[in-house]
Amino acid sequence: MTPTILFPGDAEGELLVLAAPLSFWGGVSWETGAITNARHPQLGEVVSGRILVVPEPVGSSSSSAVLLELIRGGRAPAGIVLGRPDAILVVACLVAREMGWPAPPVLVVAGCERLGAGRAGIADGRLTIPA
Amino acid sequence: MLTLTDDDAAIAGGRDGEGAALALRLVAETGRLLGADRLVAVASAHIDGCLYHGDSGTEFAEFLVARGGRVRVPSTLNVGALDLMRPGNVRLAGARRDMALRLMRAYEAMGCRATWTCAPYQAGHRPALGSDVAWGESNAVAFCNSVLGARTNRYGDFLDIACAIAGRAPRYGLHLSDNRRASVVVGTAGLSDALKRKEAFWPVLGAWLGRTVGERIAVIDGLQGFATEDRLKALAAAAASTGAVALFHVAGVTPEAPDVAAIMAVAAVERLALTPDMVRHARALLSNATGDAVDAVAIGSPHASYDEVGALELLLAGRRARVPLYLNTGRHVVTRLEREGRLRPLTEAGVVAIVDTCVVVTPILSSAGGVLMTNSGKFAFYAPGNTGHAVQFGSLADCVESAVAGRLVRDEAGWR
Repeated sequence: MTPTILFPGDAEGELLVLAAPLSFWGGVSWETGAITNARHPQLGEVVSGRILVVPEPVGSSSSSAVLLELIRGGRAPAGIVLGRPDAILVVACLVAREMGWPAPPVLVVAGCERLGAGRAGIADGRLTIPA
Repeated sequence: MLTLTDDDAAIAGGRDGEGAALALRLVAETGRLLGADRLVAVASAHIDGCLYHGDSGTEFAEFLVARGGRVRVPSTLNVGALDLMRPGNVRLAGARRDMALRLMRAYEAMGCRATWTCAPYQAGHRPALGSDVAWGESNAVAFCNSVLGARTNRYGDFLDIACAIAGRAPRYGLHLSDNRRASVVVGTAGLSDALKRKEAFWPVLGAWLGRTVGERIAVIDGLQGFATEDRLKALAAAAASTGAVALFHVAGVTPEAPDVAAIMAVAAVERLALTPDMVRHARALLSNATGDAVDAVAIGSPHASYDEVGALELLLAGRRARVPLYLNTGRHVVTRLEREGRLRPLTEAGVVAIVDTCVVVTPILSSAGGVLMTNSGKFAFYAPGNTGHAVQFGSLADCVESAVAGRLVRDEAGWR
């Protein structure tokens, strides 16, 4: 599978595969990067520094603002993998680039819901998982 | 492959200033990744980015202002985090309050109209049927597409103002006629006329719709003769809260659906029939509190219309609320009420008018938590997470009776 690059860059971190759809707005704290949606199965997990895998992008369009705030505060995911193209999170990366703030790479990888735990990297537009 | 016109390219190249160039780059980049073939001129914008979610939003807005960013099309503003008319209503303090205010002022400085409402379509901003616009705020997007028949995608924070400054949006999604057809047909023949006449049926229908169809477009049949603008508004807001609904049709009511067949997609149409049980279940999901405690009542999400305030006055009938009754509305309504001498009697009856913002987006309700009663499907959905309050959902009449009694009073007739 060839990933699509929505926002370029390199990253490394522990995988966090979302087990259920999550809106950043109302679902992730822009101060701590923790998942705060009480109905979400990964309540309390922290997205900061992770390779965040989002099989089904959903959510409030204010999610861009939450991600931009995480980027500015140095608490963004290290990299983001989406199951299908979606603009909401990428817009935050585009704005961050204009503002001169380093933003995480964003890839689309079909079938990413099957990824497990462990470390992963994003380099040259590809997702790499050490054996 | 996205193609820019010469004019687009000139703006991106800085002809109209750095702010416009930045805005056009954002719109074009987003268009590229969404698969748009070109940009489309927009007639107006409604901006949702003026609500404070941290300092980065303020810094971005001021960054645009400093680079000469000015909106190219008429643009209204959604709610901010402060009530500028009655600042004491909002407990936001210190640096956050300053940054929230700076954010609101920066959007004004870019030439946006200081409407500060999530119901811009009832504050004079009503784009024409078939026109392309760039709107943010989920309820406003759903209303704009569905009830007005103007065309917008869900333009969120940053992209909304970028489209307004560029005067363009990526040509994809709901800007294209073929993408506005319904792939789900919802029948309501199994529901009684009495139920369809209930005002509280409409947000319940919306909450069910959003949860059931998600991003898909539905056409609802059998509501001819029952819909009013405020009912469609409640339906849109609830559907856009529980699902990513940006467009729905109501056969014989909304402008693109003279009947079901006219707006149905050619292939892959799913048919659903609503039953009274499904409606009861959807209604029950809107409440998560137990017992009969009610600590506050909130109406007006989306912001209450002038007519809805009239209904509130009739139901209060001179009585006084024992718990705070928050009336969330826009300055377009409150200034008219003030002029007509109607705001003071409401205040004396225990109604707290909240303007320019609302109780689920900024600290207004007691930080001690408690139970919030509301007639809004959107408040019912967001209040637990955003305010820490448990929720009781009821009709406007239930809300008023509960506010007056200081405990839950809910008429179950007609729902069983």
